Amino acid sequence: MFATYKNPIYDYRKSSDQEASPPVHHPLIIVGAGPVGLAAALESDLQGIPAVVLDDNNTVSIGSRAVCYSKRALEILNRLGCAKRILDKGITWQVGKVFFQDKLVTRFDLLPEEGHENPAFVNLQQYYLEEYMVDQLAENENIEIRWKNKVVSVENHDGDLDQPVLITVETPDGPYQMTTDWLIVADGANSSVRTMLDLPIHGKVFGDTFLSADIVMKHEHPLERWFTFDPPDNPGQSTLLHRQADDVWRISIQLGRGADHEEEGKPENVRARVRAMMGEDIEFELEWTSVYTYRSRRMDHFRQGRVVFAGDAAHQVSPYGARGANSGFQDTDNLVWKLKLVMDGKAPDALIDSYCEEREYAADENLLHSTRSTDFISPESRVSKLFRNSVLELSQDHHFAKGLINSGRLSDAAVLTDSSLNTPDDGSFLCNMVPGAAMDDAPVKVGQHDGWLLSELGNRFQLLYFHEDANEINEQRIEQLLSLQQGDIPVQPILVVNSGRGVKRIKTLVDVRSMMTTRYDAQDGTCYLVRPDQHIAARWQQLDVNTVRQAVKTATCNNI
Amino acid sequence: MSLNTHLNFHQSGKHFFHDYRPGDDFYEALIEAHQGLSDEQSEILNTRLILLLANHIGELNTLREALNIARNEPVDG
Repeated sequence: MFATYKNPIYDYRKSSDQEASPPVHHPLIIVGAGPVGLAAALESDLQGIPAVVLDDNNTVSIGSRAVCYSKRALEILNRLGCAKRILDKGITWQVGKVFFQDKLVTRFDLLPEEGHENPAFVNLQQYYLEEYMVDQLAENENIEIRWKNKVVSVENHDGDLDQPVLITVETPDGPYQMTTDWLIVADGANSSVRTMLDLPIHGKVFGDTFLSADIVMKHEHPLERWFTFDPPDNPGQSTLLHRQADDVWRISIQLGRGADHEEEGKPENVRARVRAMMGEDIEFELEWTSVYTYRSRRMDHFRQGRVVFAGDAAHQVSPYGARGANSGFQDTDNLVWKLKLVMDGKAPDALIDSYCEEREYAADENLLHSTRSTDFISPESRVSKLFRNSVLELSQDHHFAKGLINSGRLSDAAVLTDSSLNTPDDGSFLCNMVPGAAMDDAPVKVGQHDGWLLSELGNRFQLLYFHEDANEINEQRIEQLLSLQQGDIPVQPILVVNSGRGVKRIKTLVDVRSMMTTRYDAQDGTCYLVRPDQHIAARWQQLDVNTVRQAVKTATCNNI
Repeated sequence: MSLNTHLNFHQSGKHFFHDYRPGDDFYEALIEAHQGLSDEQSEILNTRLILLLANHIGELNTLREALNIARNEPVDG
């Protein structure tokens, strides 16, 4: 089917669970082996949770589908061990250009500063991403993926926490049952588990039809996102061009209201539109097409007792802004460490509610931005179109109008400023690294090696302690920092210094280019308490061990 | 005072993590204000809005400058 990619086939293997009676019990079952389900599985492995992943198919994504992976997604994938292959294969970019008719009206740079390990975005066909994630899990004894295992019923006892979840799974060898303490549902936009449990999801359907096509062509084109309003070849509509790996290009063409899906999807018609956009003499092969309208909606609640939803199963947005898969990765980033603490009895069930609180908030932000982009790209009323066109006209000469052009506000890390897990700030910092924010990266030296801050963080609570000269940190302070490693929820202390010899017993990062000091507005004694998902829980200008312990309690719902 | 044509949307007491955010907030409020209105009603809303904002600006040279830019760059519906 594809000229550039052959889908791997993963074998169905019969599990001993299928013969067992009574049903075998698992601590965690994940439904769906798409990007979000696989991320949940990799997270579970890092946290030491054995998990079973069920997928109704036996291969990766058919067609490129999600294409743009954000810096934050890459930081998460890096923590999960698979960012390198994605970056090696994909096309990295950071500049977007917006055209109105045939004129460039604005450009934006998504990462205008240096000192970050990961690029603003990488474009890669979803099948490669999934294949790399499956490979990453292949050698793993803790996680088992069961292909051709389709969940056909879920008994969740209306969310009663005192009973395990009972699921029935259909396989080539017939059905079987299992029970589980927790079910992570990542089975996509048309989530069958969500439907089985009849859980409410609300939102709206957009009227415009869009065509997405992957074509294979040799083309010299800058590694940028190009968006065109009202292009000469598609008057009144819009087009978007992205480059992917293997000389595959993603073309998205707005078709307007009431387009005939079947007619527009015919290869000869798609080819004509591609030629109109890219030039009549262009040589290309058509690899994949999809004609669609989209909706944006989210579940009212992301959990029902022991069943927790993540990714498209929980929320869907219009594609402008790349806020789909990128927010799904942030879901599992947020969820799995909390699940581990609750499973181990170190945090109350309320910590899972905080997943809902934080990620429902993030989903609302994503819905807001993607809906605004859609309203700008395909205005619904006459007056809305007048304002939109006036913005585009004025943008050619006037700076303010460039800023109002909305061709997609691209996904980045959710800033969870209002989270109940945050310890409120005392207002003495002047930087964006507020409680609830995901941490900014920076170059550091670890021992003799050059490294990156975010590669040194994650999977556990950590306390960054800044002090310019390592030699000045006194023994008492070191003992205080080390004492944080005691207790139910240990906090790993990390020193951030600019000079001096490291302290043997504490991991030390050297802020070689002073970027951490700047980005974190740090002085001697500044502390940042960081969650396992690299979000900031609290920060202070000086260390007080009891205050840190209290903040850990707040960040794990243990203070009630 | 000359007309400021740099992106200038902001909200007192509120910190924004993206430069585009306050402008997007305004634009959404503007389009929402027109929700459900007929074309004629929308035109009246726009007229009233211009009068209110013009009075708020007040300075005539600034207003003349804005009028010139608006007039010189007509937009097709």
